[in-house]
Amino acid sequence: MELLCPAGNMASLKAAINAGADAVYLGVKDNTNARSFAGLNFTPDTLKQAAKLLQHAGKKMYLAINTFAQTGLEQRWYDAIDAAADYGADALIMADISLLDYATNKHPQMPLHLSVQASVSNATALNFYQQQFNIRRAVLPRVLSMRQIRDISQQTNVELEVFAYGSLCIMAEGRCQLSSYVTGESPNRGGSCSPAKHVRWQECQGNRQTRLNNILVDSTGVNETIGYPVICKGRYLAEDDEQPEFILESPTSLSTLELLPELARSGVNSLKIEGRQRSPAYVTQVTRVWRQAVDRYQASPEKFQTEAQWHEVLRKVSEGQATTAGAYDRSWQ
Amino acid sequence: MKFSLGPLQYCWDKAAVEDFYREVAVSPIPLVYLGETVCSKRRKLRWQDYFDLADMLRSAGKEVVFSTLALIQSDAEIQELRKQLTNSSVTLEVNDMGALALAVEQQLPFVCGPGINNYNLTSLQKMANWGMQRFVMPVDLSQKWLAPIITSQPSFEIEVLGYGYLPLAHSARCFTARHHGLNKDNCDTICSRYPKGLLTQTMEHQELLRINGVQTQSAACCDLRSEIQQMRTMGVDWFRVSPDSINSIGLVTALIKGEESDDVPSIRCNGYWHDAPGMRYL
Repeated sequence: MELLCPAGNMASLKAAINAGADAVYLGVKDNTNARSFAGLNFTPDTLKQAAKLLQHAGKKMYLAINTFAQTGLEQRWYDAIDAAADYGADALIMADISLLDYATNKHPQMPLHLSVQASVSNATALNFYQQQFNIRRAVLPRVLSMRQIRDISQQTNVELEVFAYGSLCIMAEGRCQLSSYVTGESPNRGGSCSPAKHVRWQECQGNRQTRLNNILVDSTGVNETIGYPVICKGRYLAEDDEQPEFILESPTSLSTLELLPELARSGVNSLKIEGRQRSPAYVTQVTRVWRQAVDRYQASPEKFQTEAQWHEVLRKVSEGQATTAGAYDRSWQ
Repeated sequence: MKFSLGPLQYCWDKAAVEDFYREVAVSPIPLVYLGETVCSKRRKLRWQDYFDLADMLRSAGKEVVFSTLALIQSDAEIQELRKQLTNSSVTLEVNDMGALALAVEQQLPFVCGPGINNYNLTSLQKMANWGMQRFVMPVDLSQKWLAPIITSQPSFEIEVLGYGYLPLAHSARCFTARHHGLNKDNCDTICSRYPKGLLTQTMEHQELLRINGVQTQSAACCDLRSEIQQMRTMGVDWFRVSPDSINSIGLVTALIKGEESDDVPSIRCNGYWHDAPGMRYL
C-alpha cells in the first residue's frame, strides 16, 4: 500500500521524503488546485526542483490540477497540464471533464487520477470515467463506509485511493457549496474552502467568537481549543432547540489508523494524508507515524496493532485534538 | 422563457405528495421533475408510485422528467435505477455521475441536474455528446458565467434554479437523525417531521442553514424573480421553481401568467447570480 503525503512547499516536500512517504502530491501556485492559499504551492522553478528531488529519492510526484477550468481561461489549466508532463509528474490529479479530455488527447501516456473533487462514490461512475478518459486511479470521497469501498473495489480495476488522515470533509467533496454560500469562494473555483482572509476571531464578554465573513460560526471560552472555522463544524441553534449544538459535525480530524488492515483487505491501493496547507512539522510527524504503521502491517498483517504513542502524536496535530473514523464507520453516518 | 417545477426535496407522506401532483396536473406548469433526490431510505413512494404520477401528469399534457439521487453510494441504488431504466423511455435528470453513466449506457437522453459539476463550456459540450438535452446550472454560478455559454448557441437548453431553497451539500451522514440522537441506519425517517427541513440559526439568531436529512440547504430562499426580464433577454430557456409547499404551484402559475406577486420570502438571497456570496441579497 502506498503512503501518499502532502507538500504545500519545498520544506514540506523534503519533510515528506525524509519521513518515509512513497509519493507526494502538490499543486501549482495559482488557482488550478484546490488548496490555493497565499504562501502555498510551487512555481515553475520550484516545481522543477521538486521533481528532481523526488526522482532522486525514488518517490513519486502527483500534481493536483483539481479545480474546474473557467470558460475562456482554459489555457491556464492546459498550461499546468503541459508543464506537469514536461516535469515528468508521475500522475495528474484532476476532476474537470474538459481537463481530463484534454490530458487524454494531448498526453495519452500520462497517468490520470480522478480527484476527490469529482466526488465519484460508486463503481458505475468510476468505470465510466475509466472508459472515457482511461483514468488509472480515483480518490474516493469521504462519504463511503468500509463496506461500500469493498463493494466498489470488487467492481472495478481502477486503483483506489482513500483519505487516511487529516481534515475531515463531511460532505461529498467538490459538490459542497457551504463555503461559497458564506464567502463567495469554494475549492471548485476559487481554490479553497473557508479562505483565511474571511476568518476573524474576537473576544467578547469573556468569550471568543469565531467568524467567517462576519457570520458567527462558534463562540467558546477563551481557553478552549478551537478548530479552523468551516461552516460544517460550526455551532448553531436548531429551530426546535434552545441550546446551540454542532449540528453537522464538531471540530475533529479523520484518522483511520485502526482501520488500516481493513482498508488493505478492501483493495485500497493508496493512503492519502490530507494537509497541503499544514506545516512541515505536521508533515514530518504524521508521515512518520503512518510509515511505521504501514511497515508494521505489511511485515505481519495478522498481528497488526497500533501503538498508543502513534495516536498521541496524531491527536496533538488534529482539529480540536480529536479524531474520528468518519463515514468509514457506519455508526458515524 | 418557460417555467418548470423542480423535484420535491423533502420527505412528505404519500398522500401529501399525491395531493400536490394532482394540483400540479390542473395547473398550467408545462415541465415537472419527479423523484427522490435526497435519500434512498425514504420509501414513502416507490418507483411505481412515481410512474403512476408521471402517467397522470403526462395525460394532463405535462413533460415529465425523473430526477435521480444526488449522491449514489451503493450498488443497490445503481441496480435499482438500472432496472427501472431498462426497456423504458423515461428522461432522467441525472444528479450523480453514476446515473449519467447509466443514461449513456442505455442511450437515453438526459437533463444534467444542478448537482453535477459543470464549470465550463468544453465540459458542457462533452455532456452534450453524451446525450445531454438540457443543462441546469449549478447553484453557485452567476449571470456573468452563463452569458458566454448562451452566446455560443449550444445544442442544449439552459435551465436556472430561480426560486426556492438551494441545495448546498450532501453527506453520508443524516443530520436530521443526528439532531435526534439517531443515525442513518436507525433513522426512523425522522426527516418526515420537517416538511420544509429543519431551520438552523447562528448563535446570533441569523438564519443560516436548512437541514434536510443528508442534504444541507440554504436557510434563505433564492429569489431571482426580479431577474426574469434579464434571463429572457439572455436566452435562458427555463426558470425553475423548487417547491417547498403546495403554495409553490400558485407561485409558478403566477409567474406563467406574468402576474406581479407581493409574496416575498421572509429571508431571501440572490448572491450567486450576482457573483457574490450565495447568502447575500443584492
